[in-house]
Amino acid sequence: MTKEEKYSIAKWAMEHAVQNGAQQARVTIYNNNSSQIEVRDEKIDKLQESNRSGMRINLYVDNKYSSISTSRITNKKELGKFIEEAIAGTRYLAEDEARTLPDPDRYYKGDGPDLKSVDPNFTSVDPQQKVKDAFALEKEVLGTDERIISVSTSYSDGMSGSVMVASNGFEGNSENSYYFLSASVSVTDGEARPSGNWYESAIFSDKLVRKDIAKKAMKRAIDRLGQAKIGSGKMPMIVENKSVGQLLEPLISALNGSSIQQKQSYLIGMKGEKIGSDLMTLTDDPFIVSGRGSRLFDNEGMATQKRAVVENGVLKTYYIDTYYGKKLEMEATSGSTTNLVFKPGKKDLEGLLADIDRGILVTGFNGGNSNGVTGDFSYGIEGFLVEKGKLVKPVAEMNITGNFKQIWNDLVAVGNDIDPSRSWRVPSLVFANVDFSGI
Amino acid sequence: MNVTRRSFIKTGGAAVAGTMVLPPLLKSCQNIQISPDVKSYLDHFEVTPEMLQKVIAEAMSKGGDYADLFFEHAISNRLGLEDGKVNSAHSNVDYGVGVRVLKGDQTGFAYTESTNLQDMLKVAKTAANIANDPVTFSQNGIIEKSIPNYYKVSQKWENSTIEEKIPFVQKLNDRLFELDEKVTKARVFQRDETSYVMFYSSEGLLTYDYRPMATLGVVCVMEKDGGIENDYSARSVRKGFEFMDDNLVEELAQEAVKKTNFLFGGGKPKAGELPVVLGAGGSGILLHEAMGHPFEADFNRKGESIFSDKMGKSIAKDFINIVEDGTMENNRGAINVDDEGNDVKKVYLVKDGVLESYLHDRISAKHYGVDPTGNGRRQSFRHVPLPRMRITYMENGPHTTDDIISSVDYGVYVDNFTNGQVKIGAGDFTFFVKSGYLIEKGKLTQPIKDINIIGNGPQALADITMAAGDYKTATGTWTCGKGGQSVPVGMGLPTVLVKKLTVGGTSA
Repeated sequence: MTKEEKYSIAKWAMEHAVQNGAQQARVTIYNNNSSQIEVRDEKIDKLQESNRSGMRINLYVDNKYSSISTSRITNKKELGKFIEEAIAGTRYLAEDEARTLPDPDRYYKGDGPDLKSVDPNFTSVDPQQKVKDAFALEKEVLGTDERIISVSTSYSDGMSGSVMVASNGFEGNSENSYYFLSASVSVTDGEARPSGNWYESAIFSDKLVRKDIAKKAMKRAIDRLGQAKIGSGKMPMIVENKSVGQLLEPLISALNGSSIQQKQSYLIGMKGEKIGSDLMTLTDDPFIVSGRGSRLFDNEGMATQKRAVVENGVLKTYYIDTYYGKKLEMEATSGSTTNLVFKPGKKDLEGLLADIDRGILVTGFNGGNSNGVTGDFSYGIEGFLVEKGKLVKPVAEMNITGNFKQIWNDLVAVGNDIDPSRSWRVPSLVFANVDFSGI
Repeated sequence: MNVTRRSFIKTGGAAVAGTMVLPPLLKSCQNIQISPDVKSYLDHFEVTPEMLQKVIAEAMSKGGDYADLFFEHAISNRLGLEDGKVNSAHSNVDYGVGVRVLKGDQTGFAYTESTNLQDMLKVAKTAANIANDPVTFSQNGIIEKSIPNYYKVSQKWENSTIEEKIPFVQKLNDRLFELDEKVTKARVFQRDETSYVMFYSSEGLLTYDYRPMATLGVVCVMEKDGGIENDYSARSVRKGFEFMDDNLVEELAQEAVKKTNFLFGGGKPKAGELPVVLGAGGSGILLHEAMGHPFEADFNRKGESIFSDKMGKSIAKDFINIVEDGTMENNRGAINVDDEGNDVKKVYLVKDGVLESYLHDRISAKHYGVDPTGNGRRQSFRHVPLPRMRITYMENGPHTTDDIISSVDYGVYVDNFTNGQVKIGAGDFTFFVKSGYLIEKGKLTQPIKDINIIGNGPQALADITMAAGDYKTATGTWTCGKGGQSVPVGMGLPTVLVKKLTVGGTSA
């Protein structure tokens, strides 16, 4: 479906809604094409192709609100009926003055830079090359170590495009592409069969790293052989960059307008207050060229802006959409993150470890959860015991337990190892005094 | 063929009722004998047996061993209440067909959001590419499969209006505030889903299912002496509109208030290895994570599971029987037929402590040379089937709950969970405890909350040293995720003692 076709259906649906009783309406139409090739035992294990389309309509009817979505977007007669029925149904809901489209002044006006988020050569990638890429990964490790019991590698790519129109004057479209290579290797030395994973991703085919993916996955699996829990106690915790998101996500969630307004956040009323150590500086930057989270407008059409989220430990902003902004009587910022950049330090992971006398390097989380209201958390972890700056042995089957108010204040060192292929650009971090439970 | 396309769409609004229900559409040129039930599904998806056969022939044209078509039309509606008002609704309609081709253990898959013949042929051609020896496929005759009904419905959701649903949602909110003045916020959600599925395979098997799902729940926020706590309470079952009733509303309101109140003053246990008593019901999450997933045959086929070499071996005390069942009436995890057209069976995974069966889909059953167990499930027509759980539970054991609790000197009693996870190969599994009690000298003492528990599957199973006779099926809204696919599941457990697991907490 071309961009023009999407616009045409979207505008038709929007006008149909407005003509049939909605005072305001917003319509989004998207389609995603993707392919995936999984390889194991020197054969293609799974070959999948996907071409998905969908539409979402937000309806504002007499101060009442509903939304509908469907994959059936080409039959106007059917769609028209869907919209009409939804408008009729919306009238049974309670009034809610806060439900409106954004202030048009906040809309993106179509004057932003090219963020280079799509590969113009997406459709010309040779399907045979995709298969070759997946097989090449498998070859990196197959037969290289007798402890290997299973190797799965996969290639996938996808392109998505969407358009959005709103009845108070918004029009915008975006396109994204991705390429993804991954490997998963299981190994054994008898009982347990730990696995290791690695992946590389890119927006442009020619930027995709195609080497050492399965090798890294295998090393991560082999390093886990013999893993065991150790004694409980308070220790410094180093969290590898890949896993920091697990600790950051509850913080971002607590900054969400919905969490604040519904009293499900431990950060209510904390704007301008210290919520972490001086080393904590987080910026939301939508304009990084070819950043995974880069965008010119958010999912309501509001123009994005670069924002300080946390500066030297002081909370600077919340993530507030139009609806919760009205309810909270606060200015809408935007309800979602773009590229979240953690200000890096000077040392790489090895450098951070060198300063640890005895602690645990966390390389993966295993379940667990947090209490958004109190900030209490408890997560399963795996990683390595670190002594005098060196990895001593793999540990697993342990928990960390604490409170986010405390742990971010206990941030004592920040690495420089940011992975630019992710939208959350976070380095490895070191926290003092974390409660580990083991034996 | 030129038939008027019927509207497949139903809003949450549903101001107009009943337009969705399978109207009889006449289709000519059928010389294949089919029953009215199957015919109604063919009509629903606007296809004929001849079309199915053409698509299958295309799917098999490159030399696949087997192919199947999975048609699905899902309609879901959601109502939301916030700040005292039922003030949001959402409706979704999804429709399409997935085409799968197998060659040995290999899979080719593609789907289309249309059931137009040309669109189906196109994706069949894509899926066919998993094989590469062009052949001419000779059709099998159509074998209709009639299925049992484990979820009888009195009033279909398609025949229910938003007007009828709103009062229950409002009442749940109002009851919460009436029950306890500490309640400061409530968020109520109601969701119903109706899914029509139809299945046809290269073996000629033609079957169908009608799958309802109903959910009602509430998130409760309470404030006391400057402290805030929240918890939620929900039920989800395969029922029609009859699910919504005043008793359910009252039960949920009472439960939410009780659970949230409990959290004030809750503390943490001592960090480390402790005996863990799992209360009857929701504690079935232990089985789901520690054993259910590692028993799924795809992991075992690939040698990736920690249980890969344990078939026929004793892995638990001899009073332990673990069952995987999809036939429990109206349970969230029940299915009348699996998503590969197989009968849904009750399977003993562990019988008298011995590992007896894995959970199979078609690929793994073939790989192991066993009968399918009816565990081939998929999230939607956009997904391939995988071995998945349905309802996983442990049968009653020989002990009493009192004996179990009084046997513990220092440990925890847990019965309220939010989520769990497992690492298949390492065997490490976790579950997050929202609330429970400390056990001191054989008695439940202080409330505890928000702790993770982690263990190792084979070890934990061997460490279940006591099981009571108070089996309960979990209520609640469990959804299981695997390989990027979510499916609804159920679980259950009697009260059991696990000798030791690592419990999150504080160190001295």
